Amino acid sequence: MNPIYVSRRRNNVIVKYLCLGAALFGVTWLALILFTLFFNGLAGINFAVFTQDTPPPGSTDGGLRNAIIGSIIMTMIGVGIGAPLGLFAGTYLAEYGKHDKLTSVIRFINDILLSAPSIIIGLFIYGAIVVPMGGFSAFAGCLALAVIVIPVVVRTTEDMLGLVPNPLREAASALGMPRSLVIRRIAYRAARAGLITGVLLATARVAGETAPLLFTALSNQFFSLDLTKTMANLPVTINNFVQSPYAYWKQLAWAGALLITLTVLALNIGARILGAERISK
Amino acid sequence: MAVESDVMEAAGPYDRARALGAFKFGDVTFYWITRACAISVLLILGGIILSLIIGAWPAIREYGAAFLWTQRWAPSADPPVLGALGPVYGTLVTSVIAMMIAIPVGLGIAVFLTEICPLWLRRPIGLAIELLAGIPSIIYGMWGFFVLGPFLANNFQPFMISVFDGVPVLGTIFAGPPSYLSLFNASLILAIMVLPFITAISVDVFKTVPPVLKEAAYGVGCTTWEVVRNVVIPYTRVGVIGGIMLALGRALGETMAVTFIIGNSFKIQSSIFAPGTTISAAIASEFAESDGLHQSGLILLGLLLFVLTFFVLAAARLMLMRLEQKAGN
Amino acid sequence: MTELSVSVSNASGPVPQVALPEAAPKVTARGLNFYYGEHHALKDINLTLGTHRVTAFIGPSGCGKSTLLRIFNRMYDLYPGQRATGQLLLDQTNVLDPKLDLNLLRARVGMVFQKPTPFPMTIYENIAFGIRLYEKVSKSEMDDRVERALRGGALWNEVKDKLNASGLSLSGGQQQRLCIARTVAVRPEVILFDEPCSALDPISTAKIEELIQELAEDYTIAIVTHNMQQAARVSDKTAFMYLGELVEFDDTNKIFTSPRDRRTQDYITGRFG
Repeated sequence: MNPIYVSRRRNNVIVKYLCLGAALFGVTWLALILFTLFFNGLAGINFAVFTQDTPPPGSTDGGLRNAIIGSIIMTMIGVGIGAPLGLFAGTYLAEYGKHDKLTSVIRFINDILLSAPSIIIGLFIYGAIVVPMGGFSAFAGCLALAVIVIPVVVRTTEDMLGLVPNPLREAASALGMPRSLVIRRIAYRAARAGLITGVLLATARVAGETAPLLFTALSNQFFSLDLTKTMANLPVTINNFVQSPYAYWKQLAWAGALLITLTVLALNIGARILGAERISK
Repeated sequence: MAVESDVMEAAGPYDRARALGAFKFGDVTFYWITRACAISVLLILGGIILSLIIGAWPAIREYGAAFLWTQRWAPSADPPVLGALGPVYGTLVTSVIAMMIAIPVGLGIAVFLTEICPLWLRRPIGLAIELLAGIPSIIYGMWGFFVLGPFLANNFQPFMISVFDGVPVLGTIFAGPPSYLSLFNASLILAIMVLPFITAISVDVFKTVPPVLKEAAYGVGCTTWEVVRNVVIPYTRVGVIGGIMLALGRALGETMAVTFIIGNSFKIQSSIFAPGTTISAAIASEFAESDGLHQSGLILLGLLLFVLTFFVLAAARLMLMRLEQKAGN
Repeated sequence: MTELSVSVSNASGPVPQVALPEAAPKVTARGLNFYYGEHHALKDINLTLGTHRVTAFIGPSGCGKSTLLRIFNRMYDLYPGQRATGQLLLDQTNVLDPKLDLNLLRARVGMVFQKPTPFPMTIYENIAFGIRLYEKVSKSEMDDRVERALRGGALWNEVKDKLNASGLSLSGGQQQRLCIARTVAVRPEVILFDEPCSALDPISTAKIEELIQELAEDYTIAIVTHNMQQAARVSDKTAFMYLGELVEFDDTNKIFTSPRDRRTQDYITGRFG
């Protein structure tokens, strides 16, 4: 056989196996992480995790109730503040300012905020909220999460509204419909599934965020619903328990980690199923 | 019907003007709300920069540019001595090592997924990788702390140390003693964490190659590897680099995946198996208990990190935008 | 009625085609020009649309016929860099007046698009939505208006039992008639059709053509079409456009039987286009 062809084919086979190897390498790590997480997490999950508050040092009972509820509250408020803001901002980019210079600047900045280190957001809220308000608070934590939610929702909203066919807008305008109604009643409705997808993805993103809470909401050993005080939350609780010397705390940390991961995976999968519809019926 | 519409025409325009007038206020309000929200994105960036500069100001005044090349970090000394060299070194080293591992593997997986993998396997593997990109980084950190750290310290590190013992340069890079907490361990965790990012972006970018181009190359008898090397990679180079920079931006600023496992040592050591720290790890572990100049110094570290990631991310976005324009044409 | 003459094609229309007397002008264009940025897309257009007449616009792709239609309701205003100069009157209203309330204009000048564009809501809501923009009506009156609009769009019998189904669940032809009904519901004076049948099958097309002729009793109609038989079947007047110019504008049967311009003749005999 032609020697050039033989060496070409050999190279091809080598590269194919290298790529296969890379895939196996990557998948193996990820599988290992998930395996450990489920193995230790399932062992740690029991009824008390949901019914009892975080234990004091050395105690061998107690659960994560206050942290779970705190996380839910803070995530919901964070998304509740960030999502509408992001939705409107994305609307401006996609609908009103499509051809503006301002829009391209905002889009660029938004894309940078999208991947900005989350610990920086924590520092920002610390300087802008915690210091002026005179102390750590759950509300500051919520704001930090909101700042992370905004760019995610801006991006998905702009993308999803971009998928709404222009003739639909023209048809609505042709009836004499004012612009804001065209957007709110027609474009939003047409892009509904996609818009919800964006909010779900943003929720998934902040549900496990730890760094921005470390010095905004801090954590709290006790159950508290007061937004002006520190509030327990899963990520910071995990952070504290992992580095602790107590076996029971470590076990709780694994249980909390599994809960967060399952929540995030569920949100992501939900978003994907909805996103597959894209333009809704 | 004709009669009816004539009647309407007579009554029409005036009533309509009134009816539409009722929408005017809402219409204008909605416009300004969306515009204000859009501008708030800029305000957030401005707020971040401003609050970091204000917070860092005492440290800037105290240490000036020397902050950048001072290695000593002694916040409890009187007066405190603070220098960024250790965390900056750690941030760069961990990110570079992480990228050295993640880039080839991530691209390999992307090529595998787009060109080699049987069709029925593509979606499940692709989906798994996208979902894994969404797992919170603290999970990676925990796993690194409890599982990977001990494994590396007991198996991988002693092996590398003995292999390179006595070899110049490499001998000092891979020097003992083995440690649960080290720059290398943190790098590996970072690599595993950014792997899904690189893969996902590369797959997206590879998909922008027009099928005709690839078909033409296969048509003249190119092998898969030749198509990838001569068509796919050149066509998508800008986008791939953009994706890599994006992943680098993540790695530079990642906090929770490294904090547990890096050792929090501000001392720079030549061995990558020695403990170190990164900017974000330093902030995460010291900030809540800091005050005064110490806190200001930590915020200054944050400012450095923000400037660093800002440029990396800006470069990444510009590159990805160039690819999008190309795909759009 | 003065003189009656048999039209070129007496194929489908329920109303026999006759040469009608000159109607009162509804829309008048004088020296109308249009620009996409630097590109001069329409050059010095002069024409009138007669009240309750059907005017067809034909010509090869890119000749500017859709562009012209989109000036009548200022649809081009949605996009930057597009502008029109010259004069365009709707009755006595200056359409190109920058201070004109566009929503009010568009309520008077309705438009039906190439692809059916039902809104993502129920059939009932698709119609009611437009009505509610301008009028406060009771529930029973709204039901009545929706029914009349759907009858006007020749769709009532097909959808009366599923008014709460999504507008998107209808077939392409039904969707297009829904869009016509939606336009009619707002009670415009002029209806613009931008290639309304190009995405439809022949049976749906025939239904829409029939409908257009019925609508001409109450509305002034302009229709852009690629299909010359369609222009011949539905219109009273035909305008032939080429490269942004209005080449010939006359009674439809004259255009199709004895065009004055060479280019018109070439086009209708299929020599280019």
